[in-house]
Amino acid sequence: MTQLVFEQALNGLQFGLMLFLLAAGLTLVFGIMDCINLAHGSLYMVGAYFAAAAAQAADSFWIGLGAGVAGAAVLGLVLELSLFRQLYRRDHLSQVLATFGLILIANEAVRMIWGAQPLLLNPPDALAGPVEIGTFFYPAYRLVIIAFGLGVAGLLYLLVARSRVGMWVRAGAANREMTEALGVNVQGLFTAVFVFGAGLCALAGGLLGPLLAVQIGMGESVLILAFVVIVIGGIGSIRGALVGSLIVGTVDTLGRALLPTLLRAALPADAAATLGPALASILIYLLMAAILFFRPQGLFPARA
Amino acid sequence: MPLRLTALAAALMLAGSAHAADRIKVGFVSTLSGPGAGLGVDIRDGFNLAIKQLDGKLGGLPAEVIVADDQQNPDIAKQTADKFLKKDKVDFMTGIVFSNIMLAVGPAVFDNKTFYISANAGPSQYAGEQCNPFFFNVAWQNDNLHEAVGKYVQDKGFRNVVIVTPNYPGGKDAVSGFTRFYKGKVAEEIYTKLGQLDYAAELAQIRAIKPDALFFFLPGGMGINFVKQFVAAGLSRDTQLFAPGFSADEDVIKAVGAPMIGMFNSSHWAHDMDNPENKRFVADFQKEYGRMPSLYASQGYDAAFMMDAAVRDVKGKVEDKAALQKALEAKRFKSVRGDFRFNSNHYPVQNYYLRVIGKDGSGRITNRMMGTIFTNHSDAYVAACRMK
Repeated sequence: MTQLVFEQALNGLQFGLMLFLLAAGLTLVFGIMDCINLAHGSLYMVGAYFAAAAAQAADSFWIGLGAGVAGAAVLGLVLELSLFRQLYRRDHLSQVLATFGLILIANEAVRMIWGAQPLLLNPPDALAGPVEIGTFFYPAYRLVIIAFGLGVAGLLYLLVARSRVGMWVRAGAANREMTEALGVNVQGLFTAVFVFGAGLCALAGGLLGPLLAVQIGMGESVLILAFVVIVIGGIGSIRGALVGSLIVGTVDTLGRALLPTLLRAALPADAAATLGPALASILIYLLMAAILFFRPQGLFPARA
Repeated sequence: MPLRLTALAAALMLAGSAHAADRIKVGFVSTLSGPGAGLGVDIRDGFNLAIKQLDGKLGGLPAEVIVADDQQNPDIAKQTADKFLKKDKVDFMTGIVFSNIMLAVGPAVFDNKTFYISANAGPSQYAGEQCNPFFFNVAWQNDNLHEAVGKYVQDKGFRNVVIVTPNYPGGKDAVSGFTRFYKGKVAEEIYTKLGQLDYAAELAQIRAIKPDALFFFLPGGMGINFVKQFVAAGLSRDTQLFAPGFSADEDVIKAVGAPMIGMFNSSHWAHDMDNPENKRFVADFQKEYGRMPSLYASQGYDAAFMMDAAVRDVKGKVEDKAALQKALEAKRFKSVRGDFRFNSNHYPVQNYYLRVIGKDGSGRITNRMMGTIFTNHSDAYVAACRMK
């Protein structure tokens, strides 16, 4: 039993950290620039496609991952300079419409370039098997993902909490006009944050590629979760994004693993089989509703 | 004079209602994008290969096949079917992969009195109480391949089994099929979301249960990910994997590779079946598409030949629904799986075989036929079918 809980906790951690990579960029763009970017998920998808294509061409997962991150960052730069600059000063409705359009364009572009069928991305051979932790086995590749996630989280913490740029970012999130008035080049800061967020998206996409599938529409489902995360964590807060990601990752994993079994004890088998998975998939939304009820600003509001 | 004109008009109208069509239109709606796309693509390619071998004709008449992607979404499939039925006025429909989509589309097709030749989805509903004269399944009833695995697992003496299947009608059919012949303990029935790709939580659960065998029904990309993650989690050391042919055919083998070796699975067809139709199909399929055909491709191929034979039988008069139904029921085409017949619910009565994945003479990983599990097997629902 302890082993089951331990393994599920690792699974929750792994899922949560990947959500964090997505949510970190999203919450900064939303928090600092006050811009709703629905196409954040498309950057994740395009990054994964770049990584898969490059990995196939170079026959190396790591080169593919690096190329995917670089490619998505360049794409992010182009998008920021050409489109998003025009959007910051518009209202949220224009932003939603424009970035929703970007989703459609990205999906069709990917369909035209790579076709409708998913691409296969395999982890490096050395990581395809399990490793022994104490008395039980855990997939090596998932451990690597956890390591990446923790590394990025640590790096972001240092960057945001300890560096001058991070101070500007936090200041920008708390009060944009005041930061501008103090002489910070907020325009340049926006560009840097957006590009950085795009790179993180691609990192998540490339790392998750071997576990999921590199396919059209992969960004939309995960985008919804990323929005749940930043709403729970508090918009604009990196710390909130991390805590929110871990909560969502854990609740989703444990819900899927334990709810059907618990319901089985209380209900007839077929009713439990129907209710369990359905309930497990809405659990995080119930959680979000509860947090919004008690703390409408999220757990760690940036503009406290 | 007016009377003669009326009579002439009436005669013309009568003649018109039974005159032979100048071409045969087939509406092909299938899952051609997303994780389930491999299945739809194989069915489509098998179907198109047959049309090509028939010189672009069905029953001697030029064939027009309209292909559409349902994106594994019942609503999109329904809209597409409505367009096929109302605007294109198709003579046949086929192609649907998933049973939840089949059940959503079925009523509109049947109300329109259009024949649906299922090359995959075989929901229990349409085999039993909701059976319909306009529905034929040229492949199997959903339960069948699972029944065959259940029988084999039972015979091999496994007594502690976990079942993993998506939470949709086809998944429910899989569990009832498997447990109809497997009588040991089912330690857990795990239902996943249809289209789920990360199985970490389920695999942890399986590790905690320690079953001696695991039966999973996860078609397409779901199964590819599941087997990869099952092996990566180190579970293959203690637990034997069993699956219906859906989760152990060329699409999964190509993606997963060596970890599939030694996996037993069930099927109504195998690429090494020794009959002239199958030899031609397997050779031509490889030549045309550069890959091995899967059971899905064989089903699409059979569906086209079934339409061909029936249209030829009624001499192209596809408007005569009663005659066309009789012709379809008679099954005058030669299937690549060998001989079979249709039951009173329009589902096949046929043999089911055991296959095992291994390396063939040229070192390629593929399925090999091992033996017969069921002979002339029908389905469990036919008694409830009162065909109107």
